[in-house]
Amino acid sequence: MAFEYAPAPESRAIVDLAPSYGLFIDGEFTESAGGDLVKTVSPSTEEVLCEYTRATAEDVDRAVQAARRAFEKWSALPGAERAKYLFRIARIVQERSRELAVLETLDNGKPIKETRDADLPLVAAHFFYYAGWADKLDHAGFGPSPKPLGVAGQVIPWNFPLLMLAWKIAPALATGNTVVLKPAETTPLSALFFADICRQAGLPQGVVNIVTGDGRTGADLVAHPDVAKVAFTGSTSVGKEIARTVAGTRKKLTLELGGKGANIVFDDAPIDQAVEGIVTGIFFNQGQVCCAGSRLLVQESIHDELLESLKRRLSTLRLGDPLDKNTDIGAINSAEQLARISALAERGEAEGAERWSPACELPSSGYWFAPTLFTNVTQAHTIAREEIFGPVLSVLTFRTPEEAVAKANNTPYGLSAGIWTEKGSRILAVASRLRAGVVWSNTFNKFDPASPFGGYKESGFGREGGRHGLEAYLDV
Amino acid sequence: MPTSAPTAQALADVTASDSTLRRFLHGLPGVDTVGLEARAASLGTRSIKTTAKAYAIDLAISMVDLTTLEGADTPGKVRALGAKAVHPDPTDRTTPAAAAVCVYPDMVAVAKEAVAGSGVKVASVATAFPAGRAALDVKLADVREAVAAGADEIDMVIDRGAFLAGKYSKVYDEIVAVKETCGARARLKVIFETGELSTYDNIRRASWLGMLAGADFIKTSTGKVAVNATPANTLLMLEAVRDFRAQTGVQVGVKPAGGIRTSKDAVKFLVLVNETAGADWLDNHWFRFGASSLLNDLLMQRQKLATGRYSGPDYVTVD
Repeated sequence: MAFEYAPAPESRAIVDLAPSYGLFIDGEFTESAGGDLVKTVSPSTEEVLCEYTRATAEDVDRAVQAARRAFEKWSALPGAERAKYLFRIARIVQERSRELAVLETLDNGKPIKETRDADLPLVAAHFFYYAGWADKLDHAGFGPSPKPLGVAGQVIPWNFPLLMLAWKIAPALATGNTVVLKPAETTPLSALFFADICRQAGLPQGVVNIVTGDGRTGADLVAHPDVAKVAFTGSTSVGKEIARTVAGTRKKLTLELGGKGANIVFDDAPIDQAVEGIVTGIFFNQGQVCCAGSRLLVQESIHDELLESLKRRLSTLRLGDPLDKNTDIGAINSAEQLARISALAERGEAEGAERWSPACELPSSGYWFAPTLFTNVTQAHTIAREEIFGPVLSVLTFRTPEEAVAKANNTPYGLSAGIWTEKGSRILAVASRLRAGVVWSNTFNKFDPASPFGGYKESGFGREGGRHGLEAYLDV
Repeated sequence: MPTSAPTAQALADVTASDSTLRRFLHGLPGVDTVGLEARAASLGTRSIKTTAKAYAIDLAISMVDLTTLEGADTPGKVRALGAKAVHPDPTDRTTPAAAAVCVYPDMVAVAKEAVAGSGVKVASVATAFPAGRAALDVKLADVREAVAAGADEIDMVIDRGAFLAGKYSKVYDEIVAVKETCGARARLKVIFETGELSTYDNIRRASWLGMLAGADFIKTSTGKVAVNATPANTLLMLEAVRDFRAQTGVQVGVKPAGGIRTSKDAVKFLVLVNETAGADWLDNHWFRFGASSLLNDLLMQRQKLATGRYSGPDYVTVD
């Protein structure tokens, strides 16, 4: 008899959604000056959750002016005072973490297991971490009394809505900047709830402003003349556009863009843990992770054995209701993203790669894509070069460490890589030759606020997290 | 040789000498400690509710090797344990029986009589349990006594000293000899005392060594040392039996023992079984819990599921 897990849904009663939301400017929720209302849906069911406002250029200006007014006092506060607010925010995030986890799962489609065990703990940790830096900036290695920049215009993606907000806002506030942040158009809700947390924490008016909207709102924010610093996480194509907008101005820019991470498995790897790491690398958050290990480079001598283990493991993944506590794979964030993933997967097949998915029933409504892997992939295949941003793994082989390094580096991107081997000297030798911002060894997709994160080449520039993450928000 | 030496064809060369055995065991894939423990912890977050919980609790009850291994054991104590194994909950006869009672060799005859006709097995520890520090003759005599008294299962301990000294052949030969002594009458469980082997690499090697030598079950520990069964070491052993069957076609059971006291823990172990070795191991022929206090917690949870109320420790029997 099989061990069937009964449904174990997390209750959504804990989230109190208003029918519609305005913009958070100068410490309060306000109506837009003529911006229309847009619906946000739950990707797992296509149910409309509520409406939010698409901010106009006028709204963006109002937010930037509020942030500008707040900057003077905020930046003049002693670091220890700013830290108090950040610690307070971190604690409120912890207290409200179940509510925020359910909200994020509803709006994004990712499993509650991930929002509960990864996103929310990391969000709180990030605020705690940068709260600790606020009164120690003199000793951060940027000279005495490093100065903040002013108003930071921040545009974040939909894959980790609240976590990317934390990555942006925590260092900006710790260093004395004020913020106008635009969440992604498909996932605006956790940022709006965060606005409420700022209010709850008694954060001075105008220090954090949230303007919701689509790409146009983001473009207005980035182009605003009173924005001193632009921080963007998202696609490489939008990142390039932003770089063009900012070029020739005095704005400081950091970009965290796409990736095509190589997960390199040597024949002496701890196989069972490598299989887990491959799964975490590409199926965490349905593969909608910029640092995903979307290319598996496996030493040819263990290819068959590893693939057999990997397929067996994929067959145990549980896809379905993201609010069920036993769900491993949730929904794709939007219809557009699903279409892109589907098109690239079809391209992979058309170009001759061999497609495989475990037997897996997809729900009838919502945006779903079964975990997929492609074997017989070569460097020339589109699916080995383009970022798919979905649960699709391309499997390639190599014969020697040199070949592994060459193939891993042979991409316009350079965000992440993984090395699996029990041989310590090999880890060091290979890691030093990989052109990727993060190299994980015998693990993957591990995050810590103390560890800097960022890319090479078309994956962007600047670092977030750690001491390095302060630099992006200081005049150094 | 009457040993099941299942691997005779597939892995015959491996056991030919100390050096081939060493090369094979040290050639097994390494275990990354952080990754293994993270996987065990992540499976521990599975939420097992309602019908799934009822199924898991009954399954767990049916997998308990109800154990008493004390110097103070008496026939009276063993008879009480036997009665408990046959009817764990006297107020509810739909409760499944435990898998076995586990006693010292001199108590086997008493235990056998106590469970007669019930289908409950009698397991006996042997081979100078728990230290295993005795001459091979003495260990085999220990086993012979237990088998002659009617033991259905023998729980032997390996010579950890020999294993840690790298004398894998010695450990292997001893298991083979014990297996031979068990003959067709008793299934053999091989205890590694994982807390003393200390590293996960050692636990994987010991698992393969035990299976190569003909173990019917591999078992974590005696319950007599500081670290006994953990989710991580049991997960690792489940991977070993899974891989061994894939390679040789022979299925071997797993028994975590010591330290599993609550239903919640037991259910977590069953999740490990389900998602690692698979449904074929979800049966008391292939998976056991070595435990004493666990059974009463399972019974209390079972009553809670049936009635919707918690009763209390006075509503289950103390044996």
